[in-house]
Amino acid sequence: MVFDLDYGPFLLSFKLASSVTIVLFFIALPLSWWLSQSKCKCKAIIEAIVALPIVLPPSVIGFYILYTLSSQSFIGAFFQDTFGIELVFSFSGLLVASCFYSFPFMVQPLQAGFESLNNNMLEASYIAGKNQLKTLFFVALPNIKPALLTASIITFAHTVGEFGVVLMVGGSIPEETKVASVAIYEMVEIMDYTQAHWYSAIMLFMSFSILFIVYYFNNRYKHSRE
Amino acid sequence: MIDINISKKIGDIDLEINLNIKQNDFVAISGISGSGKTTLLRILAGLDRANANIKVDHCLWQDKNFFLPIQKRDIGFVFQDYALFENMSVEGNLLYVTKDKELAHYLLKLTQLDGLKKRFPHQLSGGQKQRLALCRAFMKKPKLLLMDEPLSALDPAIRLKLQQDILHLHKKFKTTTILISHDPSEIYKLANRVLVLKKGKIVKDGKPRDVLLKTKGSQKFALEGELMDIIKADIIYIAIVAIGQQIVEIVLDQNDVSFFKIGQKVQVSTKAFSLNLMPID
Repeated sequence: MVFDLDYGPFLLSFKLASSVTIVLFFIALPLSWWLSQSKCKCKAIIEAIVALPIVLPPSVIGFYILYTLSSQSFIGAFFQDTFGIELVFSFSGLLVASCFYSFPFMVQPLQAGFESLNNNMLEASYIAGKNQLKTLFFVALPNIKPALLTASIITFAHTVGEFGVVLMVGGSIPEETKVASVAIYEMVEIMDYTQAHWYSAIMLFMSFSILFIVYYFNNRYKHSRE
Repeated sequence: MIDINISKKIGDIDLEINLNIKQNDFVAISGISGSGKTTLLRILAGLDRANANIKVDHCLWQDKNFFLPIQKRDIGFVFQDYALFENMSVEGNLLYVTKDKELAHYLLKLTQLDGLKKRFPHQLSGGQKQRLALCRAFMKKPKLLLMDEPLSALDPAIRLKLQQDILHLHKKFKTTTILISHDPSEIYKLANRVLVLKKGKIVKDGKPRDVLLKTKGSQKFALEGELMDIIKADIIYIAIVAIGQQIVEIVLDQNDVSFFKIGQKVQVSTKAFSLNLMPID
Protein backbone atom coordinates (compact mmCIF):
# COMPACT_ATOMS: atom_id res chain seq x y z
CA MET A 1 0.00 0.00 0.00
CA VAL A 2 2.71 2.38 1.07
CA PHE A 3 4.45 1.88 -2.29
CA ASP A 4 1.38 3.00 -4.25
CA LEU A 5 1.26 6.39 -2.52
CA ASP A 6 1.82 9.55 -4.50
CA TYR A 7 4.98 10.98 -2.97
CA GLY A 8 4.72 14.18 -5.03
CA PRO A 9 3.36 16.27 -2.13
CA PHE A 10 6.16 15.06 0.17
CA LEU A 11 8.81 15.87 -2.38
CA LEU A 12 7.27 19.29 -2.83
CA SER A 13 7.20 19.82 0.95
CA PHE A 14 10.91 18.91 1.10
CA LYS A 15 11.79 21.12 -1.83
CA LEU A 16 9.96 24.03 -0.22
CA ALA A 17 11.40 23.41 3.25
CA SER A 18 15.00 23.09 1.97
CA SER A 19 14.68 26.25 -0.11
CA VAL A 20 13.17 28.19 2.81
CA THR A 21 15.92 26.99 5.17
CA ILE A 22 18.69 28.06 2.78
CA VAL A 23 17.15 31.44 1.94
CA LEU A 24 16.32 32.22 5.56
CA PHE A 25 19.78 31.25 6.79
CA PHE A 26 21.36 33.99 4.70
CA ILE A 27 18.72 36.58 5.63
CA ALA A 28 18.57 35.68 9.33
CA LEU A 29 22.33 35.40 9.87
CA PRO A 30 23.20 39.13 9.64
CA LEU A 31 19.99 40.14 11.41
CA SER A 32 20.41 37.76 14.35
CA TRP A 33 24.08 38.74 14.70
CA TRP A 34 23.13 42.40 14.73
CA LEU A 35 20.34 41.78 17.26
CA SER A 36 22.73 39.89 19.54
CA GLN A 37 25.36 42.64 19.48
CA SER A 38 23.24 45.76 19.30
CA LYS A 39 22.35 48.04 22.17
CA CYS A 40 20.10 50.14 19.90
CA LYS A 41 16.77 51.21 21.37
CA CYS A 42 15.02 50.14 18.17
CA LYS A 43 16.02 46.53 18.86
CA ALA A 44 12.78 45.72 20.72
CA ILE A 45 10.66 46.85 17.76
CA ILE A 46 12.59 44.63 15.36
CA GLU A 47 12.45 41.67 17.76
CA ALA A 48 8.68 42.13 18.07
CA ILE A 49 8.24 42.22 14.28
CA VAL A 50 10.40 39.11 13.86
CA ALA A 51 8.32 37.23 16.45
CA LEU A 52 4.94 38.24 14.95
CA PRO A 53 4.43 35.06 12.87
CA ILE A 54 4.55 33.00 16.08
CA VAL A 55 1.49 34.70 17.54
CA LEU A 56 -0.52 35.72 14.47
CA PRO A 57 -3.08 33.24 13.12
CA PRO A 58 -1.71 31.78 9.86
CA SER A 59 -4.85 33.03 8.10
CA VAL A 60 -3.89 36.63 8.96
CA ILE A 61 -0.35 36.17 7.62
CA GLY A 62 -1.75 34.32 4.62
CA PHE A 63 -4.24 37.09 3.93
CA TYR A 64 -1.65 39.89 4.09
CA ILE A 65 0.85 37.98 1.98
CA LEU A 66 -1.82 37.11 -0.57
CA TYR A 67 -2.84 40.74 -0.69
CA THR A 68 0.77 41.98 -1.03
CA LEU A 69 1.84 39.44 -3.64
CA SER A 70 -1.26 39.59 -5.83
CA SER A 71 -0.94 41.26 -9.23
CA GLN A 72 -3.12 44.13 -7.98
CA SER A 73 -0.48 45.23 -5.46
CA PHE A 74 2.65 47.19 -6.34
CA ILE A 75 5.03 44.39 -5.34
CA GLY A 76 3.07 41.64 -7.13
CA ALA A 77 2.76 43.76 -10.28
CA PHE A 78 6.47 44.65 -10.18
CA PHE A 79 7.56 41.00 -10.01
CA GLN A 80 5.14 40.00 -12.76
CA ASP A 81 6.10 42.86 -15.12
CA THR A 82 9.85 42.83 -14.48
CA PHE A 83 10.72 39.17 -13.96
CA GLY A 84 7.59 37.48 -15.22
CA ILE A 85 7.18 35.77 -11.83
CA GLU A 86 3.67 35.12 -10.60
CA LEU A 87 3.80 35.23 -6.81
CA VAL A 88 0.39 33.82 -5.91
CA PHE A 89 -0.68 30.22 -6.45
CA SER A 90 2.85 29.35 -7.53
CA PHE A 91 5.91 27.75 -5.94
CA SER A 92 7.75 31.11 -5.83
CA GLY A 93 4.84 32.67 -3.94
CA LEU A 94 4.81 29.74 -1.54
CA LEU A 95 8.53 30.23 -0.96
CA VAL A 96 8.11 33.93 -0.13
CA ALA A 97 5.13 33.25 2.15
CA SER A 98 6.91 30.41 3.95
CA CYS A 99 9.96 32.59 4.50
CA PHE A 100 7.82 35.11 6.36
CA TYR A 101 6.05 32.40 8.28
CA SER A 102 9.22 30.57 9.40
CA PHE A 103 11.40 33.65 9.90
CA PRO A 104 11.36 33.68 13.75
CA PHE A 105 12.27 29.99 13.86
CA MET A 106 15.58 30.79 12.17
CA VAL A 107 16.31 34.17 13.80
CA GLN A 108 15.54 33.35 17.43
CA PRO A 109 17.78 30.27 17.94
CA LEU A 110 20.63 31.98 16.09
CA GLN A 111 20.25 35.14 18.18
CA ALA A 112 20.12 33.08 21.40
CA GLY A 113 23.23 31.21 20.25
CA PHE A 114 25.16 34.42 19.58
CA GLU A 115 24.03 35.92 22.89
CA SER A 116 25.26 32.87 24.80
CA LEU A 117 28.81 33.32 23.47
CA ASN A 118 31.46 34.61 25.85
CA ASN A 119 31.70 38.28 24.96
CA ASN A 120 35.39 38.33 25.91
CA MET A 121 36.04 35.73 23.23
CA LEU A 122 34.56 38.02 20.57
CA GLU A 123 36.53 40.95 21.98
CA ALA A 124 39.71 38.84 21.87
CA SER A 125 39.08 38.45 18.15
CA TYR A 126 38.71 42.21 17.67
CA ILE A 127 41.89 42.75 19.68
CA ALA A 128 43.59 40.21 17.41
CA GLY A 129 42.85 42.70 14.63
CA LYS A 130 39.86 40.95 13.05
CA ASN A 131 36.76 42.83 11.94
CA GLN A 132 33.14 41.89 12.70
CA LEU A 133 32.72 39.80 9.54
CA LYS A 134 35.79 37.67 10.21
CA THR A 135 34.82 37.33 13.86
CA LEU A 136 31.32 36.22 12.84
CA PHE A 137 32.50 33.54 10.42
CA PHE A 138 35.64 32.28 12.15
CA VAL A 139 34.79 32.64 15.84
CA ALA A 140 31.07 33.18 16.46
CA LEU A 141 29.46 30.74 13.98
CA PRO A 142 31.74 27.75 14.67
CA ASN A 143 31.02 28.15 18.39
CA ILE A 144 27.23 28.02 18.08
CA LYS A 145 26.92 24.70 16.24
CA PRO A 146 23.99 23.44 18.37
CA ALA A 147 22.08 26.70 17.74
CA LEU A 148 22.84 26.43 14.00
CA LEU A 149 21.54 22.87 13.92
CA THR A 150 18.45 23.81 15.95
CA ALA A 151 17.67 26.85 13.80
CA SER A 152 18.06 25.00 10.48
CA ILE A 153 16.18 21.86 11.44
CA ILE A 154 13.34 23.61 13.25
CA THR A 155 12.90 25.99 10.30
CA PHE A 156 12.84 23.02 7.96
CA ALA A 157 10.39 21.07 10.11
CA HIS A 158 8.17 24.08 10.70
CA THR A 159 7.93 24.72 6.96
CA VAL A 160 7.05 21.09 6.30
CA GLY A 161 4.37 21.38 8.98
CA GLU A 162 2.74 24.63 7.87
CA PHE A 163 -0.77 24.52 6.53
CA GLY A 164 -2.84 27.70 6.78
CA VAL A 165 -0.45 30.03 5.00
CA VAL A 166 0.35 27.61 2.17
CA LEU A 167 -3.29 26.87 1.58
CA MET A 168 -4.15 30.57 1.33
CA VAL A 169 -1.18 31.67 -0.76
CA GLY A 170 -0.55 28.52 -2.77
CA GLY A 171 -3.86 26.77 -3.08
CA SER A 172 -3.55 23.11 -4.05
CA ILE A 173 -2.01 22.81 -7.51
CA PRO A 174 -0.41 19.35 -7.93
CA GLU A 175 3.39 19.45 -8.45
CA GLU A 176 3.34 23.22 -7.87
CA THR A 177 1.79 24.07 -4.49
CA LYS A 178 0.14 20.92 -3.19
CA VAL A 179 2.38 20.11 -0.25
CA ALA A 180 1.92 17.17 2.12
CA SER A 181 -0.14 18.97 4.76
CA VAL A 182 -2.57 20.30 2.12
CA ALA A 183 -2.78 16.85 0.53
CA ILE A 184 -3.79 15.31 3.88
CA TYR A 185 -6.48 17.97 4.32
CA GLU A 186 -7.91 17.14 0.92
CA MET A 187 -7.89 13.41 1.58
CA VAL A 188 -9.85 13.93 4.77
CA GLU A 189 -12.28 16.15 2.90
CA ILE A 190 -12.98 13.42 0.34
CA MET A 191 -13.02 10.85 3.17
CA ASP A 192 -10.04 8.86 1.86
CA TYR A 193 -8.98 7.95 5.40
CA THR A 194 -6.58 5.16 4.37
CA GLN A 195 -4.37 7.53 2.39
CA ALA A 196 -4.77 10.21 5.07
CA HIS A 197 -3.56 7.70 7.66
CA TRP A 198 -0.49 6.82 5.64
CA TYR A 199 0.37 10.42 4.92
CA SER A 200 -0.14 11.46 8.54
CA ALA A 201 1.87 8.52 9.85
CA ILE A 202 4.76 9.40 7.54
CA MET A 203 4.61 13.05 8.69
CA LEU A 204 4.51 11.99 12.33
CA PHE A 205 7.48 9.68 11.92
CA MET A 206 9.51 12.32 10.06
CA SER A 207 8.73 15.06 12.56
CA PHE A 208 9.70 12.84 15.48
CA SER A 209 12.94 11.77 13.76
CA ILE A 210 13.90 15.36 13.04
CA LEU A 211 13.31 16.49 16.62
CA PHE A 212 15.10 13.42 17.96
CA ILE A 213 18.15 14.17 15.79
CA VAL A 214 18.26 17.78 17.06
CA TYR A 215 18.09 16.80 20.72
CA TYR A 216 20.45 13.85 20.33
CA PHE A 217 23.21 15.84 18.65
CA ASN A 218 22.82 18.87 20.91
CA ASN A 219 23.10 16.66 24.00
CA ARG A 220 26.15 14.93 22.58
CA TYR A 221 27.77 18.28 21.76
CA LYS A 222 27.15 19.51 25.32
CA HIS A 223 28.64 16.38 26.87
CA SER A 224 31.71 16.55 24.66
CA ARG A 225 32.42 20.04 26.04
CA GLU A 226 32.09 19.05 29.71
CA MET B 1 55.93 56.48 26.48
CA ILE B 2 52.19 56.21 27.03
CA ASP B 3 50.13 59.27 27.97
CA ILE B 4 46.71 58.56 29.37
CA ASN B 5 44.07 61.08 30.31
CA ILE B 6 40.67 59.59 30.97
CA SER B 7 37.41 60.72 32.48
CA LYS B 8 34.26 58.62 32.56
CA LYS B 9 31.26 58.26 34.82
CA ILE B 10 30.65 54.66 35.91
CA GLY B 11 27.51 54.41 38.04
CA ASP B 12 28.08 56.78 40.94
CA ILE B 13 31.87 57.01 40.68
CA ASP B 14 33.89 59.27 38.40
CA LEU B 15 36.86 57.61 36.80
CA GLU B 16 39.55 60.31 36.54
CA ILE B 17 42.94 59.02 35.46
CA ASN B 18 46.03 60.99 34.52
CA LEU B 19 48.94 58.75 33.87
CA ASN B 20 52.28 58.51 32.10
CA ILE B 21 53.85 55.14 31.62
CA LYS B 22 57.42 54.70 30.45
CA GLN B 23 58.37 52.21 27.79
CA ASN B 24 59.14 48.70 29.12
CA ASP B 25 57.48 49.53 32.43
CA PHE B 26 55.55 46.81 34.23
CA VAL B 27 52.75 48.59 36.05
CA ALA B 28 50.46 46.79 38.50
CA ILE B 29 47.05 48.22 39.34
CA SER B 30 45.45 47.28 42.61
CA GLY B 31 42.30 48.35 44.42
CA ILE B 32 38.99 47.03 45.68
CA SER B 33 36.41 45.89 43.14
CA GLY B 34 34.36 48.70 41.66
CA SER B 35 37.29 51.12 41.76
CA GLY B 36 37.46 51.28 37.96
CA LYS B 37 40.49 49.07 37.22
CA THR B 38 38.89 46.91 34.54
CA THR B 39 37.15 49.89 32.93
CA LEU B 40 40.52 51.65 32.66
CA LEU B 41 41.99 48.66 30.83
CA ARG B 42 38.95 48.37 28.57
CA ILE B 43 39.14 52.05 27.65
CA LEU B 44 42.83 51.68 26.76
CA ALA B 45 41.98 48.70 24.56
CA GLY B 46 39.17 50.62 22.85
CA LEU B 47 36.52 48.19 24.16
CA ASP B 48 34.73 50.90 26.20
CA ARG B 49 34.10 54.49 25.19
CA ALA B 50 35.12 57.44 27.35
CA ASN B 51 36.35 61.02 27.20
CA ALA B 52 39.96 60.16 26.73
CA ASN B 53 43.29 61.32 25.38
CA ILE B 54 45.50 58.34 24.73
CA LYS B 55 48.87 58.59 23.06
CA VAL B 56 51.26 55.68 22.64
CA ASP B 57 54.80 56.47 21.45
CA HIS B 58 53.66 59.70 19.78
CA CYS B 59 50.92 57.80 17.97
CA LEU B 60 47.44 59.10 18.78
CA TRP B 61 44.94 56.41 19.79
CA GLN B 62 42.13 58.59 21.00
CA ASP B 63 41.13 62.18 21.64
CA LYS B 64 38.00 64.31 21.40
CA ASN B 65 37.69 63.93 17.63
CA PHE B 66 39.49 60.71 16.97
CA PHE B 67 39.04 57.07 17.95
CA LEU B 68 41.48 54.44 16.73
CA PRO B 69 39.46 51.19 16.32
CA ILE B 70 40.29 48.25 18.60
CA GLN B 71 41.66 46.32 15.64
CA LYS B 72 44.31 48.95 14.95
CA ARG B 73 45.50 49.47 18.54
CA ASP B 74 48.77 47.74 19.10
CA ILE B 75 47.72 45.77 22.18
CA GLY B 76 47.57 42.31 23.65
CA PHE B 77 44.87 41.54 26.21
CA VAL B 78 44.74 38.68 28.70
CA PHE B 79 41.31 38.14 30.24
CA GLN B 80 40.64 36.53 33.61
CA ASP B 81 38.42 33.89 31.97
CA TYR B 82 41.00 33.15 29.21
CA ALA B 83 38.52 33.93 26.38
CA LEU B 84 40.16 31.40 24.08
CA PHE B 85 38.67 30.56 20.68
CA GLU B 86 36.98 27.28 21.65
CA ASN B 87 36.65 26.07 18.06
CA MET B 88 40.37 26.31 17.33
CA SER B 89 43.26 24.12 18.43
CA VAL B 90 46.03 25.48 20.66
CA GLU B 91 48.11 26.26 17.58
CA GLY B 92 45.04 27.59 15.74
CA ASN B 93 44.38 30.09 18.52
CA LEU B 94 47.79 31.64 17.89
CA LEU B 95 47.80 31.46 14.10
CA TYR B 96 44.38 33.15 13.96
CA VAL B 97 46.08 36.31 15.24
CA THR B 98 48.97 36.24 12.76
CA LYS B 99 50.11 33.52 10.44
CA ASP B 100 53.60 33.51 11.98
CA LYS B 101 54.25 29.81 12.59
CA GLU B 102 57.78 30.41 13.82
CA LEU B 103 56.66 32.84 16.53
CA ALA B 104 53.77 30.54 17.51
CA HIS B 105 56.13 27.59 17.98
CA TYR B 106 58.62 29.72 19.86
CA LEU B 107 55.91 30.91 22.29
CA LEU B 108 54.44 27.42 22.74
CA LYS B 109 57.87 26.00 23.45
CA LEU B 110 58.68 28.75 25.92
CA THR B 111 55.48 28.08 27.86
CA GLN B 112 55.85 24.28 27.51
CA LEU B 113 52.66 23.94 25.50
CA ASP B 114 54.34 22.60 22.35
CA GLY B 115 53.26 19.04 23.16
CA LEU B 116 49.62 20.13 23.29
CA LYS B 117 49.41 22.17 20.11
CA LYS B 118 46.79 19.92 18.47
CA ARG B 119 44.52 19.93 21.53
CA PHE B 120 41.44 22.12 21.92
CA PRO B 121 40.86 24.59 24.76
CA HIS B 122 38.23 22.42 26.49
CA GLN B 123 40.89 19.70 26.80
CA LEU B 124 43.31 21.97 28.72
CA SER B 125 43.67 22.71 32.44
CA GLY B 126 43.15 26.23 33.80
CA GLY B 127 46.88 26.94 33.94
CA GLN B 128 47.44 25.66 30.39
CA LYS B 129 44.54 27.77 29.13
CA GLN B 130 45.97 30.93 30.65
CA ARG B 131 49.44 30.16 29.28
CA LEU B 132 47.86 29.84 25.85
CA ALA B 133 45.98 33.13 26.33
CA LEU B 134 49.30 34.73 27.27
CA CYS B 135 50.98 33.35 24.13
CA ARG B 136 48.08 34.60 22.03
CA ALA B 137 48.48 38.10 23.42
CA PHE B 138 52.12 38.12 22.30
CA MET B 139 51.40 36.95 18.74
CA LYS B 140 50.88 40.55 17.64
CA LYS B 141 54.13 41.61 19.35
CA PRO B 142 52.08 44.39 20.97
CA LYS B 143 53.40 47.68 22.24
CA LEU B 144 51.10 47.47 25.22
CA LEU B 145 50.05 44.33 27.08
CA LEU B 146 46.96 44.55 29.28
CA MET B 147 46.17 41.80 31.79
CA ASP B 148 42.97 41.77 33.83
CA GLU B 149 43.56 39.59 36.91
CA PRO B 150 44.97 36.83 34.72
CA LEU B 151 46.02 34.53 37.56
CA SER B 152 43.29 35.03 40.14
CA ALA B 153 41.37 31.89 39.14
CA LEU B 154 44.42 29.63 39.42
CA ASP B 155 45.85 27.76 42.40
CA PRO B 156 49.10 28.99 44.02
CA ALA B 157 51.54 26.48 42.46
CA ILE B 158 50.30 27.16 38.93
CA ARG B 159 50.31 30.87 39.64
CA LEU B 160 54.05 30.75 40.37
CA LYS B 161 54.74 29.06 37.05
CA LEU B 162 52.61 31.61 35.18
CA GLN B 163 54.36 34.50 36.96
CA GLN B 164 57.68 33.17 35.69
CA ASP B 165 56.29 32.89 32.17
CA ILE B 166 54.94 36.44 32.30
CA LEU B 167 58.27 37.78 33.56
CA HIS B 168 60.18 35.82 30.95
CA LEU B 169 57.99 37.08 28.09
CA HIS B 170 58.10 40.64 29.41
CA LYS B 171 61.89 40.61 29.40
CA LYS B 172 62.09 38.93 26.02
CA PHE B 173 59.64 41.17 24.15
CA LYS B 174 60.16 44.33 26.24
CA THR B 175 56.43 44.96 26.14
CA THR B 176 55.05 47.76 28.28
CA THR B 177 52.61 45.97 30.55
CA ILE B 178 49.68 46.87 32.76
CA LEU B 179 48.51 44.14 35.14
CA ILE B 180 45.52 44.20 37.44
CA SER B 181 46.29 42.14 40.53
CA HIS B 182 45.32 41.86 44.20
CA ASP B 183 48.21 39.64 45.17
CA PRO B 184 51.04 41.64 46.83
CA SER B 185 53.65 38.91 46.26
CA GLU B 186 52.70 38.76 42.58
CA ILE B 187 52.93 42.54 42.25
CA TYR B 188 56.25 42.62 44.06
CA LYS B 189 57.66 39.89 41.85
CA LEU B 190 56.48 41.28 38.50
CA ALA B 191 55.96 45.03 38.63
CA ASN B 192 58.28 47.99 38.92
CA ARG B 193 55.45 50.41 39.65
CA VAL B 194 52.18 50.07 41.53
CA LEU B 195 49.04 52.17 41.29
CA VAL B 196 46.26 51.87 43.83
CA LEU B 197 42.83 52.92 42.60
CA LYS B 198 40.01 53.99 44.87
CA LYS B 199 36.64 55.19 43.61
CA GLY B 200 38.04 55.95 40.18
CA LYS B 201 41.11 57.92 41.34
CA ILE B 202 44.75 56.95 41.74
CA VAL B 203 45.38 57.19 45.47
CA LYS B 204 48.86 55.66 45.58
CA ASP B 205 51.57 55.53 42.94
CA GLY B 206 55.09 54.29 43.57
CA LYS B 207 57.56 51.46 43.73
CA PRO B 208 56.09 48.15 44.92
CA ARG B 209 58.24 48.21 48.09
CA ASP B 210 57.00 51.66 49.10
CA VAL B 211 53.36 51.02 48.34
CA LEU B 212 53.04 47.44 49.55
CA LEU B 213 54.95 47.56 52.87
CA LYS B 214 52.48 48.18 55.66
CA THR B 215 54.94 49.22 58.38
CA LYS B 216 54.93 52.78 59.66
CA GLY B 217 57.48 54.63 61.80
CA SER B 218 59.40 52.33 64.10
CA GLN B 219 57.28 49.24 63.45
CA LYS B 220 59.40 46.16 62.78
CA PHE B 221 56.67 44.35 60.91
CA ALA B 222 52.98 44.83 60.30
CA LEU B 223 50.31 42.46 58.97
CA GLU B 224 46.77 43.23 57.96
CA GLY B 225 43.91 40.94 58.88
CA GLU B 226 40.29 40.67 59.82
CA LEU B 227 39.09 40.57 63.42
CA MET B 228 37.05 37.35 63.70
CA ASP B 229 36.19 37.25 67.41
CA ILE B 230 37.09 38.52 70.91
CA ILE B 231 37.01 35.89 73.67
CA LYS B 232 37.18 36.58 77.41
CA ALA B 233 39.67 34.33 79.23
CA ASP B 234 39.76 35.02 82.98
CA ILE B 235 40.89 38.62 83.35
CA ILE B 236 42.28 39.06 79.86
CA TYR B 237 40.72 39.13 76.40
CA ILE B 238 41.92 37.26 73.32
CA ALA B 239 41.38 38.64 69.82
CA ILE B 240 41.16 36.06 67.03
CA VAL B 241 42.51 37.55 63.79
CA ALA B 242 42.52 35.98 60.32
CA ILE B 243 45.65 36.92 58.37
CA GLY B 244 45.74 35.45 54.87
CA GLN B 245 45.03 31.72 55.28
CA GLN B 246 45.98 31.70 58.98
CA ILE B 247 44.24 32.43 62.27
CA VAL B 248 46.25 34.01 65.11
CA GLU B 249 45.47 34.93 68.72
CA ILE B 250 46.49 38.25 70.23
CA VAL B 251 46.09 39.20 73.87
CA LEU B 252 44.10 42.37 74.50
CA ASP B 253 43.81 44.54 77.54
CA GLN B 254 40.30 45.00 78.95
CA ASN B 255 40.51 48.75 78.26
CA ASP B 256 41.25 48.18 74.55
CA VAL B 257 38.31 45.87 73.84
CA SER B 258 35.89 48.75 73.28
CA PHE B 259 37.95 50.04 70.32
CA PHE B 260 37.19 47.00 68.19
CA LYS B 261 34.28 45.67 66.20
CA ILE B 262 34.07 42.04 64.98
CA GLY B 263 34.65 41.86 61.22
CA GLN B 264 36.81 44.99 61.25
CA LYS B 265 40.09 45.26 59.34
CA VAL B 266 42.98 45.38 61.79
CA GLN B 267 46.73 45.66 61.73
CA VAL B 268 48.99 43.42 63.80
CA SER B 269 52.41 44.97 64.33
CA THR B 270 55.35 44.96 66.67
CA LYS B 271 57.93 47.55 67.61
CA ALA B 272 59.92 45.49 70.08
CA PHE B 273 58.65 42.32 71.72
CA SER B 274 54.93 42.43 72.43
CA LEU B 275 52.35 42.30 69.66
CA ASN B 276 50.26 45.36 69.09
CA LEU B 277 46.73 45.32 67.61
CA MET B 278 45.03 48.39 66.15
CA PRO B 279 41.98 49.09 64.04
CA ILE B 280 42.61 50.50 60.52
CA ASP B 281 39.13 51.35 59.29
